[in-house]
Amino acid sequence: MDRPLLIASTLCYFTAVVRTLLAMRARVALHGRFNFFAIGAGFLFQTAFLSIRGHALGRCPITNLFEVFVFLAWSIALIYLVVGPAYRLSLMGAFTAPLVFALQAFALLAPIDVAHQTRLPANPWLEFHASMSMIAYGAFALACVAGVMYLVQERQLKTHQLHSIFYHLPPLTNLFAAITRLLWLGFALYTAGLVSGFFTGGPLPRVKMICAFGVWLFYGAILQGRHLHRLAPKRIATLCVLAFSAAVSVLWAINFVSQNRPM
Amino acid sequence: MSLFCVGISHHTANVETRERYALQRSEEALRAESGCAEALILATCNRVEVYVSAISPVTTEQITRCLARGATGTLEDASPFYRHEGEECVRHLFRVVAGLDSMVIGETEILGQVKKAYAQARESGSAGPLLHRLFQRAFRVAKQVRSRTDITRGAVSVGSVAVELAVKIFGDLRERRVLVLGAGETSERTVRALSSRGVTDIRVSNRSFERAESLAALVRGRAVSFLEWTKQCEEIDILISSTSASEPLLTREILSPLVRDRSDRPLFVIDIAVPRDVAPEVNDMEGVYLYDIDSLQSIAAQALALRREQIAAGERIIAEHLSDFRAWFGRGCDAVASSSGVVSGALEEATLRASQL
Repeated sequence: MDRPLLIASTLCYFTAVVRTLLAMRARVALHGRFNFFAIGAGFLFQTAFLSIRGHALGRCPITNLFEVFVFLAWSIALIYLVVGPAYRLSLMGAFTAPLVFALQAFALLAPIDVAHQTRLPANPWLEFHASMSMIAYGAFALACVAGVMYLVQERQLKTHQLHSIFYHLPPLTNLFAAITRLLWLGFALYTAGLVSGFFTGGPLPRVKMICAFGVWLFYGAILQGRHLHRLAPKRIATLCVLAFSAAVSVLWAINFVSQNRPM
Repeated sequence: MSLFCVGISHHTANVETRERYALQRSEEALRAESGCAEALILATCNRVEVYVSAISPVTTEQITRCLARGATGTLEDASPFYRHEGEECVRHLFRVVAGLDSMVIGETEILGQVKKAYAQARESGSAGPLLHRLFQRAFRVAKQVRSRTDITRGAVSVGSVAVELAVKIFGDLRERRVLVLGAGETSERTVRALSSRGVTDIRVSNRSFERAESLAALVRGRAVSFLEWTKQCEEIDILISSTSASEPLLTREILSPLVRDRSDRPLFVIDIAVPRDVAPEVNDMEGVYLYDIDSLQSIAAQALALRREQIAAGERIIAEHLSDFRAWFGRGCDAVASSSGVVSGALEEATLRASQL
C-alpha cells in the first residue's frame, strides 16, 4: 500500500543519477539545482512513506531491515538538504543521489520487508535511540560523500590531471571544513542515540553494544586526530570513507543479530 | 529583405591586414554609400565584420570598398573577406558571440565587444528592428552556451592557471600569504593575478634586496631578506619561485621540518623557474602541491582541449535558437512581402508579435 510512494521516491533519485551520468558523459555543465530539487522531491515521497508506515505501526518505522535502509536513505537526504546548500556543496547531490538510490533500490528489491507477527509496543526511548542513530548515520554518510569528493579533487591536484569534474568540485579547504562539521554533527547525534539506548528499559545485547561503541570510538578517534592536528586532511577523508563502510557493515550486523527483535 | 554579414577575422587574414580595417568607418556612412537598410560594424583585434539588412542587393565589393575608405594605405583585393547570407549569417553571429569562433575558444571578452558595437549602432539609428532582434537573440545564445556548457571553464594562460589552482586549493584567497622568490617578470605577472583575486599579504625575496624592494612596491607587498626565505615557508600558503639558481633551492629535506606543524594548511608551490628551483619530490609530500612551468602550460593546454570538446554542445544550443530565429525571420519577411514596402514597420510589427509570444 505504501510502497508506491517509495517507488516514486526511488524514481526521483534515479532521475538525479541519470541526469548526472548523462551530463558527465556529454561533458556538459553539472547543475546542482536539478539534483537538489530531484532529491527534495524524493525526500518528500520518503517522508510520506515513513509517515504512513509509522501510523500503521504505531511507532517509529524502524522495525526491520527494509525500514532501516529506508530510514537511513531518508536521513542522508535530510542532511544533504540541510547541509548541501549551507556549505555551497551543490555538487554533493551528484554524489549523494547514487548512494540514496542504491540503498532504496536494494530495500525495494531484496525480500527484507518482513512484518512482525505481533504489533510491537511503543517505546519512546527506543524510538529516540534508533532514529537519532539513523540520522547520525546520515551525517556520517554525507561526511563519506564529502570525503570521496575531497579524495577525487586532491588526486587531480597531485597528479596534475584535471578532468571536467575538477572545475565543478569545491575547493579542498571548503570540502575539509564540511567533512569536519559533518563528523561533529554525526558524532553528537550518535552519542545522543547511544546514551538514550541505556534508557530503553530492555536488556542490552552485548554484541550490539560492542559494535555501537566500536563505531563511536572509531569516529571519536578521527575527531581527536583532527582536533589535535595529528591527522592530515587526506587521511581524515580516507578514514571517513572507511568508517562509514565499517558503520554500515555494523548496522547490518546489528540487524542480523537482532532479527527477531526490533531496534 | 536580405540579411548578411561581410568580414575578415583571424581565420582569414593576418594581423597586418586586420589592423588596416580596424580604423572603422561609421555605420551611417556605410549605409549611405551601400544603400543598405540597417548596418552594424563589429571591430575587434581579431575581426572586422559588418552585419547588414538590405532590401536591394548589396555586393561584398560595395561593403569592402566602404570599409577600405576608412582603412589606411592602399586597398587590397577582397579575398580575405567572407560573406555569410541569411541563416549562415545568423549562425555565424551566434558562434562569434558565444566564443566558438574566437582565437581562444570560449573567451568571454567578445560578448562585451559585441554588446558595445550593438549599443553604438542602436544609438546612431543604424540597427533597426531586424538587427535588434538578431543581436538580442545572439546575447541569449551566448548566455546559454556559457551556462549550459563548460566552454568557458579552465584557465588558458600560465598566470590564470596558477590562480585557478590556488582557488581550488584554498577557496577564498583574501587571507592567504604569498612569498615571491625571485623578482622576475613572470613572477610579477603571477602575483598580480593572485592580487586581483584578493591576496594582500605578499612577501618578496630576492638575492638583490633592492630588486625585492622594487617588486614589493609594485605589488604592494614587503621585501624579505633572501637569508630568511626558508623560514617564511612556515607561515606562507603560496610560494612563487622564479630565481635563476642552477640547483634546486627547495628540496624535501629543507621543506619537511618547515611544514611539520602546518597540519591541515596546504602549501601551493608554483615553480616557474628554468632550471627548476624546487625538487620534484616535494610534490610527494602530504599537503604540498607543486606545479612547474611545464605542468602549468600542460593544464592550460588541457583546458583549451576541454573547451574544444564543448564546441559540439555549444553548436546544439545554437541550432535550437537558429530554428526559432528562422521561423521568426520567415514570418517577418512574409509581412514585408505583403506590405506596401514599409520594411521597418512590418519588421517592427513582427518583432512585437514575436516578443508577445
